[in-house]
Amino acid sequence: MQGALEDFFRALRAADVKVSPVEAIDAHRTVAKVGFTDRELFKDALCATLAKTADEVIRFDETFETFFSRDELAFEPPPQGDGDPMEGLPEGAEDSELARMLLEGDASGLAQAMEEAAQRAQVSQIRLTTQRSRLTRRLLEEMGLAEIEALINNARKLEGGGDAADRLEAGKRRLAQEAQRYVERQHELYASGSGKMLREEMLARKALNADGGIDPVDQAMMQALVKKMAKRLADRYSRRRNRARKGHMDIRRTLRKSMPYGGMPFEVIWKTEKIDKPSIICICDVSKSVAAAAQFLLTFLYSLNEVVDRMEAYAFSGRLISVNDILDDEHVDGAIFQVLRKIGFQQTDYGKSLEDFCENHLDSVDRHTTVIFLGDGRSNYADPRLDLMATIQTRARSVIWLNPEPESYWSQGDSVMYRYERFCHVAKTCNTLGQLERIIEDVLRTYVPH
Amino acid sequence: MTATSPAAIKAAQPDVLSSVDALTEGLASVGYIASRRIATALYMAIHLQKPILVEGSAGVGKTELALSTAKLLGQPLIRMQCYEGLDESKALYEWKYGKQLLYTQILKDRMGEALSDAKDMDAAMDRLHGIGDLFFSEPFLEPRPLLKALKEDDGCVLLIDEIDKSDEAFEAFLLEMLSAYQVSIPELGVIEAKTPPLVFLTSNNIRDLGDALKRRCLHLHIPLPDADLERKIVASRVPDIEQTLTASLVNFVQSLRTLDLRKSPSISETVDWARALILLNADSLSPEVVRDTLNVLLKFEPDIAAVEPQISELLRRPAA
Repeated sequence: MQGALEDFFRALRAADVKVSPVEAIDAHRTVAKVGFTDRELFKDALCATLAKTADEVIRFDETFETFFSRDELAFEPPPQGDGDPMEGLPEGAEDSELARMLLEGDASGLAQAMEEAAQRAQVSQIRLTTQRSRLTRRLLEEMGLAEIEALINNARKLEGGGDAADRLEAGKRRLAQEAQRYVERQHELYASGSGKMLREEMLARKALNADGGIDPVDQAMMQALVKKMAKRLADRYSRRRNRARKGHMDIRRTLRKSMPYGGMPFEVIWKTEKIDKPSIICICDVSKSVAAAAQFLLTFLYSLNEVVDRMEAYAFSGRLISVNDILDDEHVDGAIFQVLRKIGFQQTDYGKSLEDFCENHLDSVDRHTTVIFLGDGRSNYADPRLDLMATIQTRARSVIWLNPEPESYWSQGDSVMYRYERFCHVAKTCNTLGQLERIIEDVLRTYVPH
Repeated sequence: MTATSPAAIKAAQPDVLSSVDALTEGLASVGYIASRRIATALYMAIHLQKPILVEGSAGVGKTELALSTAKLLGQPLIRMQCYEGLDESKALYEWKYGKQLLYTQILKDRMGEALSDAKDMDAAMDRLHGIGDLFFSEPFLEPRPLLKALKEDDGCVLLIDEIDKSDEAFEAFLLEMLSAYQVSIPELGVIEAKTPPLVFLTSNNIRDLGDALKRRCLHLHIPLPDADLERKIVASRVPDIEQTLTASLVNFVQSLRTLDLRKSPSISETVDWARALILLNADSLSPEVVRDTLNVLLKFEPDIAAVEPQISELLRRPAA
């Protein structure tokens, strides 16, 4: 049974139910306690030990049903007279267990033989769709296909053996079908989930500004992925903030401190952990040159806006506008659409945009502020206004520039990235979701009180 | 960790813990109608000595499960409500600072007397070290719920309510307690439970709990009940109610749950409603009665407004 349970754990992992070694041990203890006689009890008990969220419970149920269902093999005893089904077969046929089972239609015997053969053929190691036919063949061979084929050939040579050979042949065909279905099901159990995971992983690493951008098919998956990342950040961030919100007297430490003074609370100690409340100004390029990446930069801008209290968001192409209201009021898709419609896909002008920013919003930049630029630094040969960039740098606590282009492209053509870089505390390439997440997380971590 | 807990409980309640069915019946006898999944999870929690994490929307009977289990096992229930900013001085222990201060005062007064016959400074210091250091010792310890639960020698049911409302730091702090049934107090050392308590944690999913915590617990998700189970629960909680009324009111609540509402009524609302109907001497559901008492079931004004025009139609709907 241990082997079966281990296989079941692998099937669960493939279905994205996390099973850690501790949980595996628990599951074994559970099984030892409840036994397998009562299927419902067995299932519910395992479910309690292994599935840890409501979603996982659903996936657990599905996997359990597929894994532990042995649908009856569709073998009926072939219609025949009252004679011995083995009649007419050549010598040595009596020794062939498989031939006997096929001819008698012994469904449960065949199912068991198939299980055993599957273990030898390692069918449960299946990963890819393309492995199916090869594994089916292996499974049949392990069951003793060669033996049956030899028997059929010999029977045909015998006089009057043609009938028996036909019957055996029919049995063989049905067996092949069953084997195929069996492998099919194993594939569903162990490999279908991992395909999806693989795609998600690829997506997280795919360059946002790759040719043609993100495949529309993957669009929805991408949105979900960004949301998941943002939620994770939100979770973590809100906890940090809560922890920093203390301001009580620390009686324990005060008393400790009072002991040298004979129990007199001479020095009062507070639990306060002072933090700089993060304030972030995010300026996002949505012009033509970053068109492919813009949508996802904005998606993240949106998520960030949900996470951080004091966040000002601006978007620009030729001119710069504040998009705070749009991000606050609209749903994520609507907000992105609105921003792009208002200001997106025009000629970039970094100089003009910086001018707009400094004219109207420079007041909001102080020594607690982090300014994040999301853009490629391609300014269409217009004046990059480095002086304004310097002003921002001196006022702000830090300036971070995230560029969707790889570093080798910086300052090629109309890019002035290297000239801007001098005024940034951090300038990084960020063209996959994975990188984006890591960088944003770093930004948030900077504000953790030490 | 010793294996005394199930044994101790078993000695007290030999029949109840012998099988899942017996446990279901036992729970029913103290007024908790458990589905099979709930009973199985509880059965495993007792036998594997693992904490049990109960999730589900508000009012499906998460807390009630712990209360009923305590009643069934005849053990004391120790309850700890979690909230933001809860820390170990409120959850685990606190020193009795006042008494400690008094102790230092007494010590100071007595010091001269105790040290008077010492010849020189060294001898005085030796004498001082010889006096037992009581400042950080158990008599000065004020136990809070977690420590209390560990100190119950005959076992108890510990309910850590709404763990998702506490901070991440507190969650991490619980890990030692949940896996080894012990806590470390820096001044005293490790305090271990003689009999591990049966721990219930409940969560409303305000935030995701850490994997480490989940891994240490069995997981139980309590969904909203189906009509059959809900009828049984109402009958058990409101014994005076007539069967036909139960059937029709459960039917109505079930059909409410199919609507798109901000907060679907859960079991506790159904039970409250049943009680309200009894108080009003209603023996059948008429649209007027439902309209007058709808605020017991639905807690949001927009929900009530959405349901009101559909009441007669919902009442006519046949049982699912």
